[in-house]
Amino acid sequence: MRNIKTIMVAVLGISLLLGFSACKPKNAGNAVSADAAAKAYVAPGKYDEFYNFVSGGFSGQMSVYGLPSGRLLRVIPVFSVDPEKGWGYSEETKPMLNTSQGFVPWDDLHHTELSQTNGEIDGRWIFGNANNTPRVARIDLTTFRTQEIIELPNSAGNHSSPFITENTEYVVAGTRFSLPPDDKNGDVPINTYKQNFKGTLSFISVGKEDGKMDIAFQIQCPGVNFDLSHSGKGKSHGWFFFSCYNSEQANTLLEVNASQKDKDFIMAVNWKKAEESLKAGKGRKQAVKYAHNTYSDKTHSATSEIKTEVTVLDAKDLKDICYMIPCPKSPHGCDVDPTGEYIVGSGKLAALIPVFSFDKLQKAIADKAYDGEYDGIPVIKYEAALYGEVKKPGLGPLHTEFDGKGNAYTTFFVSSEVVKWNIKDLKVLDRAPTYYSVGHLCIPGGDSKKPNAKYLIAYNKITKDRYLPTGPELSQSAQLYDISGDKMQLILDFPTIGEPHYAQAVAADVIKTKSLKFFKIDDNANPYASKGEATAKVVREGNKVHVYMTAIRSHFAPDNIEGIKMGDEVYFHVTNLEQDWDVPHGFAVKGAANGELLIMPGETQTLKWIPTKVGIWPMYCTDFCSALHQEMQGYVRVSPAGSNVPLTFSTGKNLPAATTTADTVKKK
Amino acid sequence: MKKIAVFFGISLIIAACGGGADKDTKATTDPYAVKPAESSTGNPSYDPNRGVGKFTKVEVGASLDAAMAANGEKTYGVKCSSCHKLTEEKLVGPGWKGVTSRRAAEWIMNFATNTDEMLNKDPQAQAQLEICLVRMPNQNLTDDDARALYEFMRKNDGVK
Repeated sequence: MRNIKTIMVAVLGISLLLGFSACKPKNAGNAVSADAAAKAYVAPGKYDEFYNFVSGGFSGQMSVYGLPSGRLLRVIPVFSVDPEKGWGYSEETKPMLNTSQGFVPWDDLHHTELSQTNGEIDGRWIFGNANNTPRVARIDLTTFRTQEIIELPNSAGNHSSPFITENTEYVVAGTRFSLPPDDKNGDVPINTYKQNFKGTLSFISVGKEDGKMDIAFQIQCPGVNFDLSHSGKGKSHGWFFFSCYNSEQANTLLEVNASQKDKDFIMAVNWKKAEESLKAGKGRKQAVKYAHNTYSDKTHSATSEIKTEVTVLDAKDLKDICYMIPCPKSPHGCDVDPTGEYIVGSGKLAALIPVFSFDKLQKAIADKAYDGEYDGIPVIKYEAALYGEVKKPGLGPLHTEFDGKGNAYTTFFVSSEVVKWNIKDLKVLDRAPTYYSVGHLCIPGGDSKKPNAKYLIAYNKITKDRYLPTGPELSQSAQLYDISGDKMQLILDFPTIGEPHYAQAVAADVIKTKSLKFFKIDDNANPYASKGEATAKVVREGNKVHVYMTAIRSHFAPDNIEGIKMGDEVYFHVTNLEQDWDVPHGFAVKGAANGELLIMPGETQTLKWIPTKVGIWPMYCTDFCSALHQEMQGYVRVSPAGSNVPLTFSTGKNLPAATTTADTVKKK
Repeated sequence: MKKIAVFFGISLIIAACGGGADKDTKATTDPYAVKPAESSTGNPSYDPNRGVGKFTKVEVGASLDAAMAANGEKTYGVKCSSCHKLTEEKLVGPGWKGVTSRRAAEWIMNFATNTDEMLNKDPQAQAQLEICLVRMPNQNLTDDDARALYEFMRKNDGVK
């Protein structure tokens, strides 16, 4: 016993010593101070201070957390089907996942960006990008629903997206994989990358009032991998900055072959000038194919339109629009400080962080301080654009956000830490360990003109020993730091869905008062809506049977349906007649080969069902709605093809008991 | 151990302070919170015949306003008919036949527009809930909707 005690004391002593000397404690015990729990505590029934919109990575969805509690408030289905909410399963939502390749049920949502006005978060929409089948989504923040998805032609792996300009004039999308353009014959040897593969930057305009997206133009660029981006702001409004790697133009073993050069590039794009070129007719119309899907809160349904043309500008021909800034080495994050003057590049393999100056960049362009060209695009001399370098900040810098007080916070994947440094003197001020291998980070408004820097959230790729083990697959995690003082203080760990990449956060007040409580039934323009039980009906059109059904606490009308025959396609159009907050009804039918419906008050949603067998099929409400929720159920009778059972429907009509028994029917 | 006790103490204090500051704004958003009796709105003491809500005096004509009753019938079709029959038969809620002689116009319109508070406070509404066991949904009726529905109830009760 005594021995164990001695050993424990010794171990404690050593770990304390190590903790202090290395500044990198390796367990939570010495990284969390006693008041941490109080700082992250939000009492039951109390609201959080911030909304945190976190990318769901390979789940394809976007999750919404409250801060500082880390409570999961909602998962918004975006690019992946979600049977729980009927997303991609109801007839109304299926078109949202349509692409030029047809219906795509999964994607990888990497980054999130809240809409801004004058460089400040305005709380209207949030955008997300699909990294696999390249798309951008817009989510409405009154309903917390995906309202629009636009596909991107000439693209693959939409990674440097969905970053926006300071008045949400544009949301951009930069292709990670370069490819032969869509209108060219793509059937070429892969090792003709240098001749045939092109990178594409898309500028998607966003309607000022309605948020409607449209591809305003694309810029065709040399074949490289575009990685991340951010727009200029304030003085640099009108410019966009895109990091890129693989300037080696390798097409295999990029791990080695795209890491040859000391420097890759940050590409600076003067998009205001690009607009002028576009107006001057310098764009080329290109035949392409891409889907544009919109969801209407009036018809409660989506439409998908396939578009066939896009206007392309060529970076090579636009000498006064695109410039390459050399950036060491395989740059990832490309972040612009709140003043718009400093552009921070994070070279994944660099042992320093270069900070570029917008003013110096302008002067370098004016002086033509070039170092040759890269595929026809002027390369600015590194020193001519460089403000300075943060020396030995850590290993593997990835992303930087800002506190609006002159400081930057950069994540380091390899050394598992967040480092706070001063932008002016480039000195490191503080380091905080993360558990483990941090990727992205988020400060509320941290990439806008007005950060609200009370907290910093680190999004980690690896959790290993942080939570109870759950087999080989472990949760990803977020870690919350209080950054209101000089030193960062870890106050909370919380698990996340999928793999979180970028996230955004904003004071709750900006969004919570605008939240919609229900849809007005009078405004419901779904062609299959039943407004009132008297309008509920069942209509046969050939082998299609349309059930116009209503739901209210706690019954469906109709709830007895007969005369369905094998070979029929049944469409349950369910209208929720409730007109109050938080009263959705669910709808499920036995054997349905898709999902459930979850119908918000005042809304109509449709479930398609193809009976597979003669018999009685139950249906019921899936979302507990009242004390008599369990009574909210009904039956559908399915008869053989060609049967003469008439089509009937009813609710609350107890027909005289029939004499046929199941046995006698069977014998026939 | 001591530290833990101190910490809990602090969180309790914080929680208590938060609660106090928020009480006013919270009451309006939480349907289950019981509001203090209103004194400034002309509802000094609780009148069980009138219930709780904005309607304190409803003008009702001697004869039926047919146009208004027709509007009420439309609203009934969309928002009420799922649960209320026009006969005396109880469906989810009570049938409407005779309701205008059982209840005052003010009580009916307060219940229709201020449903949650009525269910939380009004003895007659609570007695009805014990029979039906489904809280009447707040169907977000406008004041005009509620008045028109009352006129339709009068028509249903034979007022010409």
